[in-house]
Amino acid sequence: MGASVVPILVFTILWGIVGIVLPFVVPKGPNRGILQVVLMLTAATCWLFWLCCYLSQINPLIGPKLSNRTVLLMAREWVS
Amino acid sequence: MGSFFRSEKMFLCQLFIQPEAAYSSVAELGEAGSVQFRDLNADVNAFQRKFVNEVRRCDELERKLRYVEAEINKENLHIPEIEDLPNAPNPREITDLETSLEKTENEILELSQNAVNLKSNFLELTELKYVLEKTEVFFTEQEGINGTDSLTRALITEDSSAQATNIRGRLGFVAGVVPRERVPAFERMLWRISRGNVFLRQAELDQPLEDPSTGNQIYKTVFAAFFQGEQLKSRVKKVCTGFHASLYPCPSATTEREEMVKGVRTRLEDLNMVLNQTQDHRHRVLVSVAKELQNCMVMVRKMKAIYHTLNMFNLDVTKKCLIAECWVPVRDLAGVRKALAEGGRASGSSIPSFLNVIETSEGSPTFNRTNKFTRGFQNLIDSYGVSSYREVNPALYTIITFPFLFAIMFGDAGHGLILTAFGLYMVIEEKKLMKQKSDSEIWNIFFAGRYIILLMGIFSVYTGFIYNDIFSRSLNIFGSSWTIDGYNISDIQGNAELTLSPYTNFAKFDASPYPVGLDPVWQAATNKIIFLNSYKMKLSIIFGVAHMIFGVCLSVVNHIHFKKSINIILEFVPQILFLLLLFAYMVAMMFIKWVIYYPQETVDCNNETVTCTQDVLDVIRYGPSCAPSVLILFINMMLFKSSPPTGIGCQEFMFDGQDVIQTAFVVVAVLCIPVLLLAKPLYLLCCGRSKKSEHTSENGDVNQGLELTPEMVDTPSPSPAHAEHNEGDNAVGEIFILQGIHTIEYILSTISHTASYLRLWALSLAHAQLSEVLWTMVLSIGLTGSADGDAQSYVVGSILLYVLFAAWAGLTLAILVMMEGLSAFLHTLRLHWVEFMSKFYEGAGYVFQPFSFKIILEGEDVVED
Repeated sequence: MGASVVPILVFTILWGIVGIVLPFVVPKGPNRGILQVVLMLTAATCWLFWLCCYLSQINPLIGPKLSNRTVLLMAREWVS
Repeated sequence: MGSFFRSEKMFLCQLFIQPEAAYSSVAELGEAGSVQFRDLNADVNAFQRKFVNEVRRCDELERKLRYVEAEINKENLHIPEIEDLPNAPNPREITDLETSLEKTENEILELSQNAVNLKSNFLELTELKYVLEKTEVFFTEQEGINGTDSLTRALITEDSSAQATNIRGRLGFVAGVVPRERVPAFERMLWRISRGNVFLRQAELDQPLEDPSTGNQIYKTVFAAFFQGEQLKSRVKKVCTGFHASLYPCPSATTEREEMVKGVRTRLEDLNMVLNQTQDHRHRVLVSVAKELQNCMVMVRKMKAIYHTLNMFNLDVTKKCLIAECWVPVRDLAGVRKALAEGGRASGSSIPSFLNVIETSEGSPTFNRTNKFTRGFQNLIDSYGVSSYREVNPALYTIITFPFLFAIMFGDAGHGLILTAFGLYMVIEEKKLMKQKSDSEIWNIFFAGRYIILLMGIFSVYTGFIYNDIFSRSLNIFGSSWTIDGYNISDIQGNAELTLSPYTNFAKFDASPYPVGLDPVWQAATNKIIFLNSYKMKLSIIFGVAHMIFGVCLSVVNHIHFKKSINIILEFVPQILFLLLLFAYMVAMMFIKWVIYYPQETVDCNNETVTCTQDVLDVIRYGPSCAPSVLILFINMMLFKSSPPTGIGCQEFMFDGQDVIQTAFVVVAVLCIPVLLLAKPLYLLCCGRSKKSEHTSENGDVNQGLELTPEMVDTPSPSPAHAEHNEGDNAVGEIFILQGIHTIEYILSTISHTASYLRLWALSLAHAQLSEVLWTMVLSIGLTGSADGDAQSYVVGSILLYVLFAAWAGLTLAILVMMEGLSAFLHTLRLHWVEFMSKFYEGAGYVFQPFSFKIILEGEDVVED
């Protein structure tokens, strides 16, 4: 159960602002409706896309198979 | 939401216009451009209409203008573009326009005629001059006969010089000019008719001469044919006329020739001066016309359009007013009224024109008011089929769903950036690019879709970022969640490939997944495809089902708007239930699988040394080895089958009671089919009759409302009424058949459409693989080329990198951005047209085509191009 609360919250709030809060503050005008739909759909699709990617990784059932060269490089470059 | 959510409300209006105000009123309406006139004289042929003569006059004017334009173009003059277009001319101005045009045309005609005369004169004199000059050479050669020139000798071989002079005295000759390409044939013909007794001398003219009538450049050759005797002379002359050779008198005496040359030269000079002056005059006339040309052109076109429109009008019985019928968007009604009043005032007519809104059951045209941003998306929809009147307009949702589905397939931030840059360039330079009207069709298509391209690019950057693909490389911004702590150095050296354990990483070290997008470690993994396939396949089904559910939900809006709320229960509910219980359930299973199965240490219960208690088994149940395949589960659910669990401690189902839920879901979903098939026809049979009779009486009302003009309304309205009556008789069978087709189509299509969304997975995988292949096969060779470390290898390596980078960049642009982009675009288009729009869209409308000068003028420009 590797899910971490922070990224889920951050992303949900971020796209929530775009999709729920921003449509209310769109300036009045002939294109207000179009802009609202655009914002809501963008937020919904982008959030779902991120969520799918995140959920598919919280419980990995297989691990990456790496060549030993890559493993050594990872050990040198990525381990802080 | 305005007009983009659904097409605008239209009124059918009748206009009553005084004949004297008609012209100016229509002119005003054309400027406003918000009215579509209906042809009330459809049965009258084009020659019998009222304003035929006026249209013909306009045609004549247009012909003259085209002639003048052609003349101006011949002179290579620039026709200035005008910024603000003139209004349509008053009837009074028309006559002025006509006379002035007539005058200009005649003047130009006369000038051209004169120029042609002068030029042909000039040509003749030039040719004569050349003939005299060139033949001079021949004669001088003959004078110096004493055997220096071999050709001369050939003519009079083995004759004594005395004989030669004798013969020469009797030699006749003809001189002239013949087009160069005909010389060989000409020579052969002369040879044949004289059996070799004609001697031909020729000299090519260096400069081409101008044909006076066509202005083409012709290369010509001067010739002189020498022969003996009168008979031969007439034959030679005949040949010359046959070959269109122009003959010129050429005196045989040298002095005479010299005199003549002198005379010709002076005449040529005079002629040249006259020609120049004519040319100047013509130029001046054309320049002055060119300034006005565009103006006139616009005026005449407007005028012609007005008379065409007036031809659609009906004359009142009393012949005192013209009656027009037109579709007007409700929002523009005030504008139309204003334009009518304006037109009446302009013509000074005492009786105002008025507008009468009539109720109608006829199908109104579809009018979606677009702006430059939404137009491209509307075109995508319209090319499938124009939406029915007041139907939900899918273009609104397409603005986002289209670029997004495209981006799922095109997911690469690098390629997305290229696309964004291209789109951004077109959007920013919009005004400049719009002015230089391009002929290239491909460019025009790209330019028309510039906002689509921009959005596609932006979304591709986002999806590419989530896929962690930038030109097929990954970024490690947040730090990969996979570490290699479990291995020591001898393990690494001993094995060529190592698999990182999910258990060690995620359970023991409690790592949290990479927060934004795919973990960069997968980019380097050799089993990357296995992971990506499972992820992207699920992703595409999730988005596909969401897209389809959205489409089905939109049909509710249509049902409510068209006051067929009963369809919500009879059609929408079974449809959405079918979709939700089967396919949304499958999506739910995917999410459940992601959440409840987690990495564990492998416990081998087959081994006798290990004791597997119930507690252990309960844990193992959610281990990696026990995770069931969602697809197999779904297939078993549909077939009411079951397959054994994959190992000890595993369960077939994900949670308790799942089999009962599944069975219930399938049963309800299958029950939806007969409901969908039978409910609506049965309802129509029971309750539909009373409604139908109401409907016909409504039609009757329409007729009464139009008492004012009985003769013309009679024609259109009875036909629908009749159709309804006929429908009523054999409706039962038809309703059942229609509903049957509809049901079968929906049920089968939900299944096939869900599978169809897998193209999202297939294309995105293909894109990622192709770009990775390009990287490893081309660019990475260049990047590793200088690994040796000495100076020479750096030089070679940098040159290699330079060349390989060009190849890589070119291939990336051509194949990955252009071709892959095009294919992803087409697949997205298909997903929208077929999979999304079939759920709610009828698309049986016709486009509102307002009478507008702007559209007419732009349209003609396009045709001219």
